[in-house]
Amino acid sequence: MAVKTPIYMDNHATTRTDPRVVEAMLPYFGDIFGNAASRNHSFGWAAEEAVENARAIIARAINADPKEIVFTSGATESNNLAIKGVAEMYAEKGNHIITCVTEHKAVIDPCKKLERMGFDVTWLPVLPSGRIDLEQLKAAITDKTILISIMHANNEIGVIQPVEEIGRIAEERGILFHTDATQTVGKIPVDVQKQNIHLLSFSGHKIYGPKGVGVLYVRRRKPRVRVTPLMDGGGHERGMRSGTLNVTGIVGLGKAVELCMEEMESETKRLSAMRDGLRKKLFDNIPEIFENGDPINKLPHSLNVSFTYVEGESLLMGIGDVAVSSGSACTSASLEPSYVLKSLGLGDELAHSSIRFGLGRFSTQEEVDYVAEKLIHVVKRLREMSPLWEMHNEGIDLTKVEWAHH
Amino acid sequence: MAYSDKILEHYNNPRNVGSLDKGSKSVGTGLVGAPECGDVMKLQIEVAEDGTIRDAKFKTFGCGSAIASSSLATEWLKGKSVDEALAIKNTAIVEELNLPPIKIHCSVLAEDAIKAAIKDYMEKNNIAIPAELAAAGHH
Repeated sequence: MAVKTPIYMDNHATTRTDPRVVEAMLPYFGDIFGNAASRNHSFGWAAEEAVENARAIIARAINADPKEIVFTSGATESNNLAIKGVAEMYAEKGNHIITCVTEHKAVIDPCKKLERMGFDVTWLPVLPSGRIDLEQLKAAITDKTILISIMHANNEIGVIQPVEEIGRIAEERGILFHTDATQTVGKIPVDVQKQNIHLLSFSGHKIYGPKGVGVLYVRRRKPRVRVTPLMDGGGHERGMRSGTLNVTGIVGLGKAVELCMEEMESETKRLSAMRDGLRKKLFDNIPEIFENGDPINKLPHSLNVSFTYVEGESLLMGIGDVAVSSGSACTSASLEPSYVLKSLGLGDELAHSSIRFGLGRFSTQEEVDYVAEKLIHVVKRLREMSPLWEMHNEGIDLTKVEWAHH
Repeated sequence: MAYSDKILEHYNNPRNVGSLDKGSKSVGTGLVGAPECGDVMKLQIEVAEDGTIRDAKFKTFGCGSAIASSSLATEWLKGKSVDEALAIKNTAIVEELNLPPIKIHCSVLAEDAIKAAIKDYMEKNNIAIPAELAAAGHH
């Protein structure tokens, strides 16, 4: 059977909204259009009921209390609210924040902004596996540290950080711990109690829900966490996030979380089997390729591979009807290769040669087979065209060549 | 960003991929770019006794636009005199391939590769190197 193209294999970037989610949302574009904050008529009550139902589903999924769920526009806003909100609220307690170099820009840039405002930020490096070194984390803590922000799993390499241990360290030292769990909620178990998480961000569109809606979990007990809001207004979401609630989005997010939780176990099995098969097929058929990031502590649907001596954008072009991502500079607006891959200690040229595969709920084995076959063919063709591959085969050490830099 | 048809055509059917004998006196080799920058071009010319470029070959590590730029360059080089080859400008490559602004450096690299290959040929054959070529291959 021929596969249908284009094939979508970029599920770290976004996911297709599940038709069951769309269906759940539709009534809220119709008769149930009320403002969840309208307390004096049935339109408002119906909207409020839908929001509270979603809130309860989401709270249950991460072992939180519904009152600890703050709806936002997405994980970027949640990260900003957590980091800037804590920094401002606890400024008298200290001015030091610890984060990590492989964080998403939505964590890095708020921290940089705080740095410019006078906060001290420690940027933890990562080991070649992509995980942080817990000893380095402990050593970085000072009596001025108010927040540790380390992502649950990385969006480029899928590497899962030891959040439970990080949470324990934070707890012991009386420091707040925020985690960007955009890549993990609904995909692998998240438990804010067990993992000692005080603040947690995620968004709807990574879990087959709609775009434009997300969550910040803010712990209410042991400790009671407070954040200064980013926006002032009607005092919605217990004062932390003013603005009329995105009822349709929230309903969709609730449904998306519910489906993810129901299917997590079976999907983890199905996707990791397909991912492992893809990895094996590529490694069995293409010499001199490298997997980026810890192969064990990795999201089940995630694979990032550097195809040495071949440039990433030309690879993407060669597999044109397959949507994946590359860490190549040529695919980024900044013309810089992936800072995440570079932080693993990879040379720039390996970052330029990387492809990220992100399987998802709608991926099929036929698609995976098709992508593997196509890549095997394209890498071979491009290597025949690559002066670096030729030099490598002539026994030239490419690191010793004096390149003409631009 | 969508690629122009001409870039796709060169990428899918690159002209003159391969290598010439870099030890030969009639062959000039240019190797420009750097792996950490994401593009390296090797461009070679073989010059006949009458001074025309008889053959040209390339190998490129780089994006589709870099591959297309070097493929086009080899196509243009064949049959030209060395002087005519030196007159090839990156802007002509930009125009022919409809390169977007973000890909102009690919055409610059191709022009550099041509100049570096010619310079290598001249050095091998004790031909005086014109001033504008002195820096070719070194940025």
